[in-house]
Amino acid sequence: MVNTAEAPEGVEGPGFFATSLDKVVGLARKHSIWPLPFATSCCGIEFMATMASTYDLARFGAERPSFSPRQADLLMVMGTIAKKMGPVVRQVYEQMSEPRWVIAVGACASSGGIFDTYSVLQGIDKIIPVDVYVPGCPPRPEQIIDGLMRIQDLVEKEPTRRRDSSEYKALLSSYGIK
Amino acid sequence: MEEVELNKEFITSQLTSSFGHYIINSEETYGMITITVDRSKILEIMNYLYLDPKLSFTFLTDLTGVHFPEPKDELGVVYHLHNLPANIRLRIKTFFPKSDSVIDSLTSLFSSANFMERETYDFFGIIFKGHPNLKRILNVDDLDYFPLRKEYALEDSTRTDKDDTMFGRG
Amino acid sequence: MTISEINYKKETTLEPINLGQLTTLNLGPTHPATHGVFQNILQMDGERVVSSESTIGYIHRAFEKLAERRPFYQITPITDRLNYCSSPINNMGWHMTAEKLIGIETPKRVDYMRVIIMELSRIADHLICNSILGVDAGAFTGFLYIFQQREAIYDIFEEICGARLTTNIGRIGGMERDFTPSIIAKIYRFLDDYTLALKEFESLFNRNRIFMDRTIGVGGISAERALNYGFTGPNLRAAGVDYDVRVTTPYSSYNDFDFDIPIGKNGDTYDRFMVRNEEMWESLKIIRQALDKLPAGKHHADVPDFYLPPKEQVYNHMEALIYHFKIVMGEIEIPKGEVYNCVEGGNGELGYYLISDGGRMPFRLHFRRPGFIYYQAFEEMIKGSLLSDVVVTMSSLNLIAGEIDA
Repeated sequence: MVNTAEAPEGVEGPGFFATSLDKVVGLARKHSIWPLPFATSCCGIEFMATMASTYDLARFGAERPSFSPRQADLLMVMGTIAKKMGPVVRQVYEQMSEPRWVIAVGACASSGGIFDTYSVLQGIDKIIPVDVYVPGCPPRPEQIIDGLMRIQDLVEKEPTRRRDSSEYKALLSSYGIK
Repeated sequence: MEEVELNKEFITSQLTSSFGHYIINSEETYGMITITVDRSKILEIMNYLYLDPKLSFTFLTDLTGVHFPEPKDELGVVYHLHNLPANIRLRIKTFFPKSDSVIDSLTSLFSSANFMERETYDFFGIIFKGHPNLKRILNVDDLDYFPLRKEYALEDSTRTDKDDTMFGRG
Repeated sequence: MTISEINYKKETTLEPINLGQLTTLNLGPTHPATHGVFQNILQMDGERVVSSESTIGYIHRAFEKLAERRPFYQITPITDRLNYCSSPINNMGWHMTAEKLIGIETPKRVDYMRVIIMELSRIADHLICNSILGVDAGAFTGFLYIFQQREAIYDIFEEICGARLTTNIGRIGGMERDFTPSIIAKIYRFLDDYTLALKEFESLFNRNRIFMDRTIGVGGISAERALNYGFTGPNLRAAGVDYDVRVTTPYSSYNDFDFDIPIGKNGDTYDRFMVRNEEMWESLKIIRQALDKLPAGKHHADVPDFYLPPKEQVYNHMEALIYHFKIVMGEIEIPKGEVYNCVEGGNGELGYYLISDGGRMPFRLHFRRPGFIYYQAFEEMIKGSLLSDVVVTMSSLNLIAGEIDA
């Protein structure tokens, strides 16, 4: 059975359908997110399960995990990010083109988790902005999927001009990202 | 070659006959023969244990450091050796003051010592003389202390998001 | 033994080009083929690796320092995250180390339950390694097929302890609760299902021409070099050395079971794959034996000083409450001493070197992580091989970043 996405609100008549561009773009983007799995540790193993046959992330339009940041929309940081890894995460984020979203999967990526130690970055939101946090150590595949669906909600509702807004630019510059 | 049982007495007597007072102590704890030696002869002792046909401890299971701030502020290196055919394990320990933490590297004998010595250097700042590439392995290169020494805290003191008093550490 | 003995000579037409100019290629740390977090800086002569330098530590989490700040029973969750593909083995290894220090004898039923759980997680570990090896060699199907079975294992773990991956399974002195009949039924069902699934998996790979071409003669290491590099576990056995901690230093009643140690011949990628496959068969054998003769008895040793009493007793009995309080606050008597204990982890000899000064926390706890020790041979193993072989070799070593970087 093929499920088609529901059409957004609009004005419909014989032979035409009118709606705003934002909604059409949001709808299209929502169902074709290309995630970049940045899997470092335990959460990465649960992501493997999420990707594999039982849970199947591809059902949400994320069929193609993009390992190149240039062709990715969503950075999924899964696992502990040590201080040594921090610059790498940041560079990957900087290489992604707009619009880009970030999801922090697991306690470590969100806040450092149980590793309140000298070598672990206490949450990736210290270096890059994060859209959705998924709790758990590690989160179950259902939770990771739920996180992706929350991202889908954000993607769907995002106005096309958000990335040009001064608030967004201020957010990036607060992280020192140009 | 006659069969000898590789027990504590035999190993100790073999080592003592070759190295005399460099063998400081030998005991057996929790089923593991433990011999404390002087660090100046560590490479020779390891060589002997490796090459002697009766001993032939040819497998380096583990190498790690340890820091005892009390009573004399000493660092130590602990080696776990294994004679695989006879299935005998041996622990060799050696201690030296923290101010003079230099010891011979075993990389010429065991290729496996390479990373383990780098890790020990990274954690404790023990210099392994003769190591081909002694630099930090797990931590960032510009870390300016040796984190597993007892005087350093576990937590990063520069972090801003966690209030130590909330964790009972204040 | 089904380890292939065919003498297959790898044909190669690629001679070193040697233009007198090497290319530096950075592989990792976010390259998909490096499974996360390893960096290799390769000096390439055309397609061939001339030399390489590996960097690790990208997820260094300071386990050893962390363990010095945790009471004994709180260290189990840390061990979960060492080799997260087979967390229960790490948990059990830690419990046994603490039990060795304290001097606790566990009942036979605990031993058997532990063996069942450890062998299940060994299957889960080898299954990931072998299926991902397939993915890296370009065969995605095997991964999708076999991962359904891994979910079955996780289902069993979940019923035993409530978690899937980082299990925190068992306690010092035993298991937190007994196996229910439904767990036992589930394990029996898994044994039957997995027999079929593994046969299917093997038929996809073992005699697959492309897979054999990609793996035979790739990333080999001799037994002598492997021993000198401190290899243990399946990677050492693939080189032909039958060293297995379960046999040489039997723990947890492993000597009650009848199983073989599969070994390989050449120590190459194909042999490592085959040894892991064979070990999964042996694990199935062990689990079936342990289940068939699972002894009756208690699911924990009778050590109220170290083993948490059941919650209903804590709420209703003064004595249980006191024990509960003492254990949770770490006010229990821990002997002084120095213990080395090892178990056969998914990747080899997983050792725990524990120094206790009698305090509520270990004075020093060092983990002998097999992956960390054998990873240093990688530079030597890939020397002279093609770039695509580097990926396959890395995959077949089962490098788990959490374990290597500690």
